[in-house]
Amino acid sequence: MTRRLMEGSEAIARAMVAAGCRFFAGYPMTPFTEVLEHMARLMPEVGGTCMNAESELEAIGMVWGAAATGTRAATGSVGQGLSLMQESLAELSHARLPVVVLNMARGQGDYFQATRGGGHGDYRHIVLAPADVTEAVGLAQLAFHLADRWRTPVMFMGDYFLAHVQEAVDPAPVHFGEPAAKDWALDGSSSGSGRAKLVSSISATKVDDPDSVDHGTHLAMIVDHVAAMAAGVEPLVESGFVADAELVVVAYGTAARYVRYAVGRLRDEGYPVGFVRPITLWPFPTGAVAEAGGAAGGVAVFELNNGQMIDDVRLALEGRVPVRPIGGVAFDESGFGISPLLDVGGISGRILEALDAPTRASV
Amino acid sequence: MSGLPAIPSDRPPDRPARMTDDFVPSLILRGEHDLCPGCGEPIAIRSAVEMLDELGLTARSIAVVGIGCYTAFSSTLDVEVLQALHGRAPSLATGVKRARPDTVVVTVQGDGDMVNEGLQEILHAAARSESFTAVLLNNGVFGETGGHMTAATVIGQRTKNTLDGRDPAAHGYPIVVADLLSCLEGATYVARGAVNSAGNVARTRRMLHRALEVQAAGGGFSFVEILTMCPTGWFVDTTEAPDYLGDTLATTYRIGVLKDTAAGHG
Repeated sequence: MTRRLMEGSEAIARAMVAAGCRFFAGYPMTPFTEVLEHMARLMPEVGGTCMNAESELEAIGMVWGAAATGTRAATGSVGQGLSLMQESLAELSHARLPVVVLNMARGQGDYFQATRGGGHGDYRHIVLAPADVTEAVGLAQLAFHLADRWRTPVMFMGDYFLAHVQEAVDPAPVHFGEPAAKDWALDGSSSGSGRAKLVSSISATKVDDPDSVDHGTHLAMIVDHVAAMAAGVEPLVESGFVADAELVVVAYGTAARYVRYAVGRLRDEGYPVGFVRPITLWPFPTGAVAEAGGAAGGVAVFELNNGQMIDDVRLALEGRVPVRPIGGVAFDESGFGISPLLDVGGISGRILEALDAPTRASV
Repeated sequence: MSGLPAIPSDRPPDRPARMTDDFVPSLILRGEHDLCPGCGEPIAIRSAVEMLDELGLTARSIAVVGIGCYTAFSSTLDVEVLQALHGRAPSLATGVKRARPDTVVVTVQGDGDMVNEGLQEILHAAARSESFTAVLLNNGVFGETGGHMTAATVIGQRTKNTLDGRDPAAHGYPIVVADLLSCLEGATYVARGAVNSAGNVARTRRMLHRALEVQAAGGGFSFVEILTMCPTGWFVDTTEAPDYLGDTLATTYRIGVLKDTAAGHG
């Protein structure tokens, strides 16, 4: 396949098909709707299933069932729909089931929801946040690989811009090595064997199983698994101009695409600014942020909310460097979370203001 | 009428209410269960898995189990089990069956699970004619929480939050879900049985047999409601519970086949 100009929503859908996704379920809500439309067309072409679920509750339930059979499965929504899915996302994490969840956000107000484990109990899941369509094609496929590798839900964060920007991309399959064996998957064949399988968030073992664990032990194992993911999942990050920067701007997703461009222009004008763009929002690229921010002495966070990712930036820097919010909440009239703050001139001004703010040495 | 008291909750029973280990049904790993003496759910679940066995469907069977007292069977069934959230078994079963059409999928939910928390799920699954068999264990009460009103609690039934009995003026009327489902074009087979007498158990087993046959033949959505005893949640003697079922639940929920439009029927 060669590169073709297409909208992000189609590119994401084609990338999921390339990754082997064969079950998709969704309930319309812009800008997730656009991906659902493409999946409804593409799934039958490859022998897969696309379900028009009666609500987001059932969409994630259907994906839960499909994933339990070992099928690569995905759903998604917008923040509100994802709020409805949180109970299931928590349980899927506790049942160690690999699913991919598209979070086609309206703006960036749902960072906490995505990265904190918005449901009950102790869990986290991997969160990937592309800044453009080309990267989205890769990360949508990586999401399925990581979900299988770690037996966990993986969230893919996009937004209205990502769904609608057109770029020339080639959503061909990316190979991440041998796919993980799914000996836990259900197909009915172990029924009647005396060792019939159980896929459960409560405990994954049946009575009389020599490895039987109770619910408390099961949850402790989930905690260990989260720690293993935190240590073992490679944090992805893009940095630019940080070596001699006096101010590092941290941003993710579409906002970072603007910041990247604004920082490049400011560099052309001679300002000592750089940027760090977390691509994995969980695990957060703590090391890269701490290194770049610590060296610069000043950090600004541009995000389209009232200050959410800034908590992770501050945790990374452990109070060593002042961290200033330079984003904010503003919406146009569309209702799709498009922020008037996404303006290179305006962002450049906010960055320069932060550059001139008192630094560590002077506070 | 026996002299047995209602199940005491302030001390362990003086003597075992049943023999344990004297019999292990097929496809259940243990002869004992953790549910209360007099509970109807073990009879219903045993009936369902024995019908899978009888039809030779065992080695492609998956049970999707909801949350209630019967969830204890998730870890003792010798059938593959996918544990669902409260109310969500039909959507999970939809995903399982659509992803693996060669499997035989049975959901198990109580009335609190299906009729309260997840009514939307079962209605839509039936409307889509999903090819799985849904089993409703209906005792008209939240047994696991200790005896509280569900949407299926019958008029006059006493629960811990309808102390003077369910009163339509305050609590509305029960939802008769099997009758609702039988109105949907997508539902192929809908029946209601009970486990309060040997005759009704035998009749219920035939219903389960037929429902699984419909599924195995690719006939679409099949549904068997089973009225089960819950002496603990009804606050009656274990020995009175079967008659209580017949006098109360079974008068609101009529036992019989409500619909069979599979090939050669209806």
